[in-house]
Amino acid sequence: MTEIWQGFIKAIELIVSLDPEVMEIAGRSLGISMTSCLLASLVCIPLASLIYFHNFPGKRVLINIIQTFFSLPTVCVGLFVFVLFSRAGPLGGTNLLFTPTVMVLGQMILITPILLGLIISALSGVDKAILDTAISLGASGFQVAAVVLREVRYAVLAAIIMGFGRAISEVGIALMVGGNIRGFTRVITTAISLETSKGELELSLALGMILIFLALVVNVTLNRVQQR
Amino acid sequence: MSLIEVVDLHQKYGERDILKNINIRVDRGEAFAVIGPTGAGKTTLLRLIDLLGLPTSGRIYFDGIDVTELRRMKLEVRRRMAFVLQKPVVFNTSVYNNIAYGLKWRGVRESSIRKKVSNILEMVDLLAYRKSNARTLSGGEVQRVAIARAIVNEPEVLLLDEPTANLDPISTSKIEELVANIIHRYDTTIIMATHDMSQGQRLADRIGVLINGEILQTGVPRDVFSSPLNREVAEFVGVENIIDGVIVSSQDKVVTIDIGSGVIEAISDYAVGEEVCACVRPEDIILALSRVSSSARNSFFGEITQVVSLGPLSRIEINCGFRLVALVTKRSAEELNLTRTKKVCATFKATGVHIVRRGR
Ligand SMILES: Nc1ncnc2c1ncn2[C@@H]1O[C@H](COP(=O)(O)OP(=O)(O)OP(=O)(O)O)[C@@H](O)[C@H]1O
Ligand SMILES: [Mg+2]
Repeated sequence: MTEIWQGFIKAIELIVSLDPEVMEIAGRSLGISMTSCLLASLVCIPLASLIYFHNFPGKRVLINIIQTFFSLPTVCVGLFVFVLFSRAGPLGGTNLLFTPTVMVLGQMILITPILLGLIISALSGVDKAILDTAISLGASGFQVAAVVLREVRYAVLAAIIMGFGRAISEVGIALMVGGNIRGFTRVITTAISLETSKGELELSLALGMILIFLALVVNVTLNRVQQR
Repeated sequence: MSLIEVVDLHQKYGERDILKNINIRVDRGEAFAVIGPTGAGKTTLLRLIDLLGLPTSGRIYFDGIDVTELRRMKLEVRRRMAFVLQKPVVFNTSVYNNIAYGLKWRGVRESSIRKKVSNILEMVDLLAYRKSNARTLSGGEVQRVAIARAIVNEPEVLLLDEPTANLDPISTSKIEELVANIIHRYDTTIIMATHDMSQGQRLADRIGVLINGEILQTGVPRDVFSSPLNREVAEFVGVENIIDGVIVSSQDKVVTIDIGSGVIEAISDYAVGEEVCACVRPEDIILALSRVSSSARNSFFGEITQVVSLGPLSRIEINCGFRLVALVTKRSAEELNLTRTKKVCATFKATGVHIVRRGR
C-alpha cells in the first residue's frame, strides 16, 4: 500500500517538475492524435457532405454501415493496418510500420466513421427550407454545401472533438503498429500498458493522470460547444 | 413573348394529381397573383417555376427558352429569379450576412455588396438590425429580411409565396406596402401566391384562381371578382349569395331560373335546361317592410335570422326559403328597425344577378 502511495506522490512530482520523459510522451500523444484528427476532418467534412447532398442507390445502407463502425474495435484496425504495412503486406515496401505516420493513419481509420456519421446526422438535422432558400437565392451545389455546413458548425466541431477523444485514448492501434519505441512511437496509452508491468509505476501513474486530465478537457470543451 | 410561360403543367405525388393542366403566361413587368384556398397547389406551382423540382409533365419557358429539364442552365436561370418561401427561414448569422449571401454567390465585389445591402436594409427599415443575429428577429422582421434577401439580387422575376401569412394586420400592410414599392420602383416581374383574395386584388395586375390543382379563371382582379366563371370561383372570391337553380325559360337573354322555392329573373346567354347558380352581391339587395312596386324583377319575402353590425353598415341574413345576405347602411337598418325575426321583402334587379354555370 505504501508503495502505491509513494508511487502516486512521485507521479505528481514528475508532472509538477515537468519531467522531460513524461512531457515528451504526452506531447507525442497530443501531436499524433491531433494530426490524425485534423487529417480525418479534412477528409470527412467534404466526404460527409458528398454523401449527404447526393442521392445514390445504397445510400441508406452506407450510412448504416458507417454507424455500425462507430465502435470499431481498435485492435481490429490495428491488425488491418499492421497487415497492410507488414513486410509481406501490400504497402510493406513503404517501410512505415512502427512509425508515427502509420499510427496517424490507423487513428484516422478509427475515427473516420465517427466523424462521417456525426457530420451526416448534423446535416440531416438542418431544416430543408434552409437548403431551398440557398438554392433559390442562386447558390451553386458547392455554395449550398458551404452554407449548410456553416449552419451546423458547432455540431461538426463537436464531432471532431469526439473523434479526438477516441483517438487519444485508444491503445490497440498505437501498440500494434507503433510498437511503443522509446523516444519515437511511445505514447501515453502504450507507455501505461507496457511500463506498468516493468515496475515503472510512477511513470504510468503520472501519464494516467495526464490522460484523465485531457479527457476532462475534451469533455468540458465538448459540453461548451454542444450548448451553442 | 411572355417572360414566363407555363404550358400544360402536371404534377403528381404518388397517385394524387396536385397540379392539372396549368397554363400561365406572365409578361415582363407584370404582377401576377395565384390565389386559391389552402392545399390548392400554389406552393407546388411556384416551386416548379423556380426550377426547384421537376414536373411530371408539361413545360416551363423562361424568356422564350425551355428550361424544364436543362440541368446545366438551371443555376443560371435561377439566378435571374428570387423566391421568398412561404415559411421564411434565416441563416444563423447576422441580418447583413443573410442579405449579402445571394450577391456573394454571384461573385459581386465586396464594396458593391456593402452599398446594395445598405440600400435594401434602409428600404425594408431594418438598418438598425444589420448586425443582429437574424434568428432573434420577430416573424414580420424575418419576412422583411427574406424579401430584402431576394430583391437585393435585382431579380427579373420575384416569386412570393404567401408573403403575409401568419402576420398581424400592421406587419401585413407593411409588407404589402413594400411589395407595392418594389413593383413601382423596379421593373420586376412578380408572381405571388396568396389565399387572400383581397391581397391579390390590391397588389396584382392579373390573378389566376387555383382551386384543387386547376386554374379555373384568369383575368384582372375586378373581372374575376365581379364575374366569376363558375360556382367554385364565386365561392372563393367571396360572393355571399350563391343560389342554385335551373334555367326554365329564356327570352331575349332574359332567363327565368327555378330555384325550388321560387324563380329568379336574370340576364344570361345560357340556354334552357342549364344548371346554374345565381350570384347576387349583398350591396345590390334592397330591403323593405312591404312589397313595393318597382322595376326590379326579383322580390322575396323572408324572416331576418341575423343582424351583424360592420361599422357604418349592417349585414343582414334573411331566410326566404333560401339564405340571402343583404348589406344596408346602419341608418337604414335602424330606421326600418331591422332586427331578428322581423319579416322583410328583399328586392334585386335582374341585371344585378350574375349567372355562372355549375360544375365545369
Ligand atoms: N412533396 C410532397 N409530397 C406529397 N404531397 C405533397 C408534397 N408537396 C405538397 N404536397 C401536397 O400537395 C398539395 C398542394 O400543396 P401546396 O403546398 O402546393 O398547397 P398550397 O396551395 O401552397 O397550400 P397553402 O396555402 O396551405 O400553402 C397538398 O395537398 C400537399 O399535401
Ligand atoms: Mg403554400
